[in-house]
Amino acid sequence: MDTMIDIRGLVKSFCLHNQGSVTLPVLRGVDLAVAAGECVVLSGPSGAGKSTLLRCIYGNYKPQAGTIRVRHDDQMVDVVAAHHRTILDLRRRTIGYVSQFLRVVPRVPTLDVVAEPLRRIGIPVDAARDRAGDLLEQLAIPERLWLLPPQTFSGGEQQRVNIARGLAVRFPVMLLDEPTSALDAENRARVAAAIDDAKRRGAAIIGIFHDQDFAAAVGTRRFDVVPMTQAA
Amino acid sequence: MNTASAPLDFAAAGAAGRPLLSVRGLTKNYGARLACRDVTFDLWPGEVMAVVGESGAGKTTLLHCLSGQLAPSAGEVLFTRRDGSRANLYAIPEPERRRLMRTDWGIIHQNPRDGLRFGVSAGANVGERLMAVGARNYGAVRRAATEWLERLEVDTGRIDDLPSTFSGGMQQRVQIARNLITHPRLVFMDEPTGGLDVSVQARLLDLLRSLVTELDLAAVIVTHDLAVARLLADRLLVMRGGDVVELGLTDQVLDDPQEPYTQLLVSSVLQI
Repeated sequence: MDTMIDIRGLVKSFCLHNQGSVTLPVLRGVDLAVAAGECVVLSGPSGAGKSTLLRCIYGNYKPQAGTIRVRHDDQMVDVVAAHHRTILDLRRRTIGYVSQFLRVVPRVPTLDVVAEPLRRIGIPVDAARDRAGDLLEQLAIPERLWLLPPQTFSGGEQQRVNIARGLAVRFPVMLLDEPTSALDAENRARVAAAIDDAKRRGAAIIGIFHDQDFAAAVGTRRFDVVPMTQAA
Repeated sequence: MNTASAPLDFAAAGAAGRPLLSVRGLTKNYGARLACRDVTFDLWPGEVMAVVGESGAGKTTLLHCLSGQLAPSAGEVLFTRRDGSRANLYAIPEPERRRLMRTDWGIIHQNPRDGLRFGVSAGANVGERLMAVGARNYGAVRRAATEWLERLEVDTGRIDDLPSTFSGGMQQRVQIARNLITHPRLVFMDEPTGGLDVSVQARLLDLLRSLVTELDLAAVIVTHDLAVARLLADRLLVMRGGDVVELGLTDQVLDDPQEPYTQLLVSSVLQI
């Protein structure tokens, strides 16, 4: 099977310069490889560094050591050492990241919020809106809301808009950080179906899901992130 | 500090091969007072960089040096012409620099009064730059001005009104239309949403963002508002006392700041 993500010896700590330069170690020597079609569920107590790991893969956090190689077109690119142009291109075309919260320009219609990642890879506006509409429909956001900005929506609706936005581009690699925390069972099932679709088309997925049943349903295996205090 | 030393491995990414703007060791002092020191970075086509820092950090001086308005005391600014050759901004003849300013880049001031002529109509303000680069057909210029005002969502029924009769947000749109009509490749903005109500600001931010994507514009935006930087910029350059403190991807600098000053700046923002 094709390896899509290959992490070796990843070390991440945070130095708080304005609090007496305290250093908080979070990840020490993480090794993890994920193949196409897999959905790896990160487990471990709160604070263990699950989100930190996802953010390192996305190039959002800067690790101190190790490599994070991600398949980008036909090459393995090391996110840790990559030029910023490469990271921006990875994010446009290869790595999708869905967090718990929707963070977008205020007062933009929901349909355009979801279509935006498609516009960024050059999809014409009508085609981008069509695909955005399909996704919103799949995630049961009623059409009467599509032209309203999502800031006024309920937490669960916002979260589904966020997932639709994250799924708009069919990314080969997807990072999901508690994307279902505010959803009811019915909507969780819709998201699970969307994740299964992504697995079937060969996406490599790493996810954090607080709901154990959901994790068991979509995950193909588990990866334990061990808190540093226990590892020491 | 992670300035310009990253490896150049972007060739495979299908990115345009060379930076649009290269800044090397740029320093500006006013007598003994240092405004900015040893600034070095590259800006690629289509890339948006925000310059942040407290007032007095040297942001505006840097912007003026980059945009051909203020000669630096040391260092150079290289701009890639449309034919791929590079112009050293302060070594080329004055007429070429003026021409580049009219054709290849735009400058959007915080105060529309600095970027618009208040004695002539909105339409004339927008059409003027097109005429400055040689357009002579009145009908064509007026059509283009109308189109650009429409694109910036300014009521085209007001094309003959004077800028002073517009609201601040609308004046800012007229100023942006005036700059974009010549299809620049690089736009400099000094606090573009600075004096506006938050509601107007949000709409304008979205408009700027989609224009940058659609026109593949590169931009340098000076702002003290980290939220504006997060929404608009790919990269963030943090300045303090004339020095570059940190330079990196916007979300990386804001979410995982490396330098003590950046950590302080980020942690000082009120959460709403």
